[in-house]
Amino acid sequence: MSQLLLDVNGLTMRFGGLVAVNGVNLKVKNRQIVSVIGPNGAGKTTVFNCLSGFYIPTEGSVMLKNEQIAGLKDFHISRKGLVRTFQHVRLFQKMTVIENMLVAQHRHLNTNLISGLFKTPNYRRLERDAMNHAMHWLEEVDLLEFANREAGNLSYGQQRRLEIARCMVTQPELLMLDEPAAGLNPNETKELDELIIKLRDEHEISVLLIEHDMSLVMGISDHIYVIAQGTPLADGSPEEIKNNPDVIKAYLGEE
Amino acid sequence: MTTSKFYNAIFAAGITLILACLMIGVKLDTSGTQLAIKGASAAQWTWIGGGIALVFLSQLFSGQIDSLFKSIPKPNITTMLPEEKKMATLKPWLIAGLIVIMVIWPFMVSRGSVDLATLTLIYIMLGLGLNIVVGLAGLLDLGFVAFYAVGAYTYALLSEYFGLSFWVCLPISAGAAALFGFVLGFPVLRLRGDYLAIVTLGFGEIIRILLNNWTNVTGGPSGISGIAKPTLFGLEFTRKAKGGEDAMTFHEYFNLDYSSSYKVIFLYLIAVLLVIFVIYLINRLMRMPIGRAWEALREDEIACRSLGLNKTAIKLSAFTIGASTAGFAGAFFSARQGFISPESFIFIESAIILAIVVLGGMGSQVGIILAAIIMTILPELAREFSEYRMLLFGLLMVLMMRWRPEGLIPMKRPQLELKQ
Amino acid sequence: MSEFSLYLLQQLINGLTIGSTYALIAIGYTMVYGIIGMINFAHGEIYMIGSYVTFIVIAGLVSMGMVSLPIILIIALVIAMFIASTYGWAVERVAYRPLRGSNRLIPLISAIGMSIFLQNSVGISQGFRDVALPPMISGGWAFGNPADFEVTVSYMQVVIFAVTFVTMTALTLFISKSRMGRACRACAEDLGMTNLLGINTNKVIALTFIIGAALAAIAGLLLGLYYGVVNPFVGFIAGLKAFTAAVLGGIGSIPGAVLGGLVLGVTEAMTAAFFPSEYKDVVAFGLLITILLFRPSGLLGKPEIEKV
Repeated sequence: MSQLLLDVNGLTMRFGGLVAVNGVNLKVKNRQIVSVIGPNGAGKTTVFNCLSGFYIPTEGSVMLKNEQIAGLKDFHISRKGLVRTFQHVRLFQKMTVIENMLVAQHRHLNTNLISGLFKTPNYRRLERDAMNHAMHWLEEVDLLEFANREAGNLSYGQQRRLEIARCMVTQPELLMLDEPAAGLNPNETKELDELIIKLRDEHEISVLLIEHDMSLVMGISDHIYVIAQGTPLADGSPEEIKNNPDVIKAYLGEE
Repeated sequence: MTTSKFYNAIFAAGITLILACLMIGVKLDTSGTQLAIKGASAAQWTWIGGGIALVFLSQLFSGQIDSLFKSIPKPNITTMLPEEKKMATLKPWLIAGLIVIMVIWPFMVSRGSVDLATLTLIYIMLGLGLNIVVGLAGLLDLGFVAFYAVGAYTYALLSEYFGLSFWVCLPISAGAAALFGFVLGFPVLRLRGDYLAIVTLGFGEIIRILLNNWTNVTGGPSGISGIAKPTLFGLEFTRKAKGGEDAMTFHEYFNLDYSSSYKVIFLYLIAVLLVIFVIYLINRLMRMPIGRAWEALREDEIACRSLGLNKTAIKLSAFTIGASTAGFAGAFFSARQGFISPESFIFIESAIILAIVVLGGMGSQVGIILAAIIMTILPELAREFSEYRMLLFGLLMVLMMRWRPEGLIPMKRPQLELKQ
Repeated sequence: MSEFSLYLLQQLINGLTIGSTYALIAIGYTMVYGIIGMINFAHGEIYMIGSYVTFIVIAGLVSMGMVSLPIILIIALVIAMFIASTYGWAVERVAYRPLRGSNRLIPLISAIGMSIFLQNSVGISQGFRDVALPPMISGGWAFGNPADFEVTVSYMQVVIFAVTFVTMTALTLFISKSRMGRACRACAEDLGMTNLLGINTNKVIALTFIIGAALAAIAGLLLGLYYGVVNPFVGFIAGLKAFTAAVLGGIGSIPGAVLGGLVLGVTEAMTAAFFPSEYKDVVAFGLLITILLFRPSGLLGKPEIEKV
């Protein structure tokens, strides 16, 4: 039990009379890639929103490294090591790529006004470290040459990669990706595939992703959860899920 | 194609006629005991006719006019400047040269010009302060004038009741304005954009109404007069020293004849000092984590939250620092005028400062300085049209938003050096 | 009834009177915000123009020798509504429609610019000073004990109540029963979707501005007659208060705007009864800030859920 990175039990989200998420359970171990799939409108993004603190869940427990985080605000939760991307890329469009990376490291920098105004050694050292860190990650996602370009001027695929790099630079333990492959061509999807695996293997984080691209999901997931209409439908290995009749029915309808 | 254009043009001309016929074409005449009306003068009807003709023609030839405008290249000021590396070495010399000119200049021109320059410098300060809130952090503040008023009244009251000098009161005024910014910002900054705008506008009005009615303390509508001017290490710039037996005036100390120019130039130089300080400070802040956080917040608040940034703290810091800049400017304004009243702190001032920020280019310090200069100097050059000043100002705001919303000199991203 | 409660009743009547005019102006704000999500900063100026046109028409007709008061007022009303609606339509067409889709600040600046432009163009043409109209409708009913306190309900107040009641009823019928009204409601729900369904949303938006302007003109006539005075800057404060009323009742909701207007009017009147009258403006803003802090969706609004 104690080696679970993320332990979600009975997660429920109600908006007035509408039950968007109904008793969802999730378990993510260290260095695992877990996917959440389900037909459109199943409430997957709402689950993400509850986990990341964007919504305060109506019911349920969310344990991150044995610490209860359900009920905390989003910026608190991300400081504890859980970061996420969004369905529609949320970069700081008018700022440069490198500035995006520096903002993400805000809490690792010296934000004291006096230190900044007088450029104390501590301030300068932390800025330099943050810059190096940012450049390292830009290299990992192959975006270093665009460092001084406005984020809004990158191609869609590049923006996606930047969003992931920006998350990674916060030194997280759990990375949640919301439909990272949406809008990517097959080549870019393959690169994304490799990137996610590299993140798990070389950088020792776990990845929780929502996806519709079945080849991506089946190819890289260690474990899959299926949600339909806000309720858990099934979970298991890719093989088990592929052949599960309930899952097939949920996606394709009755014969 | 041309027939529909023709009907369009007729329609537009008709609309213009309807708009103008009663509101401009007919005047209410209050001279008699009864309210009466009289037609507008022939000259005004000519203007109306001209306006209708203009609307008609511009609609008729709208296609040609549009392509004409498109063929005029938009002035991209950044391409007119030498490239980045040269700029980096040139910049310190340019700035030094600029400062030298600004210090020498007042001794060579008339008093009125120096006075105007001082007023411009005040608006530059205000514009740069509001730039932090609106341009960098993206918070719609329509009540900035409230902090200006707090700074002004703080100095006036401290000077009158406690005899504190200008230099001592300067940081205190900034602090008082910052405190107001904090107190107002705390409950209000979580509101959505438009609501924030209206609430800050309301707050600005509340401050003005309170200043107008709290006669015991603030002097009410008559305001506070006889505010002490700043001194140079104790030397006063008046004809006769007012500060008591030991007080000495500037001209006595240097054995010069009294001239009111000394006072004006001194005030101007103080303004230059303050503006340089503010520019330097804000420049530093923009390159620090807090400045980056402000801009990130403006770009995408949700992304900021998801990266661990505390949006409330960041918004409050922008609001408070912006407010303190206004407090600075307010204290100086108070000292320069010698007299303040709530009349100087009406909503239209907030609108003017906002226009300076938006028209200059949100976030762009250079653009805002330019816009402030234009806004202050242009009305002076066109004195005969002073009645039309605000009218043109409003029109300018509408037109600029339509044709160049990014401002005169849009903000340029800093190009960071990537050293290993 | 005691003297005090008679005094309160008087304030209540006064408050409801002013409140219903706030409601008329507030509806304009709420409809526009509900459909395109922007604050029509220049709406207060439309109200001001409605007042001015009323004064001009009345002065003109009286000097031409017309005597029948109801006819004068009806003609003034029609012309004021017509001209104000034209202004409302023109403002949307010139200052807002070209900017649809840009970030929030840009249309707001344009609106502020428009507001300043209208204030000053009226000021330059008609003068910046107050213009006074002799009272057209005077007299009223009084009850209570003349020795202690008399509650008066002036005929002017009755006219205000009657006109606003008729106007609200007409508007409600239009919105709920007519085809255009349905289109208005659909656009307020989901503009994009309504557009895709083939409804000309530009026309609906223009209509929203026209209706709002017409209502503001009615308020302009009523308040112009009630106060007897107008100047180019009356739109600013009236607009701010009407917007407060709209937010108070729940922005986007027409019944909300009505409720908000009445509540604001009564609160103001009660405040003026016990505090110096200069502070009654502070009440409106204080109310606005309080509502936005504790119940931003307003009295009749639904809380909005942020979507990612």
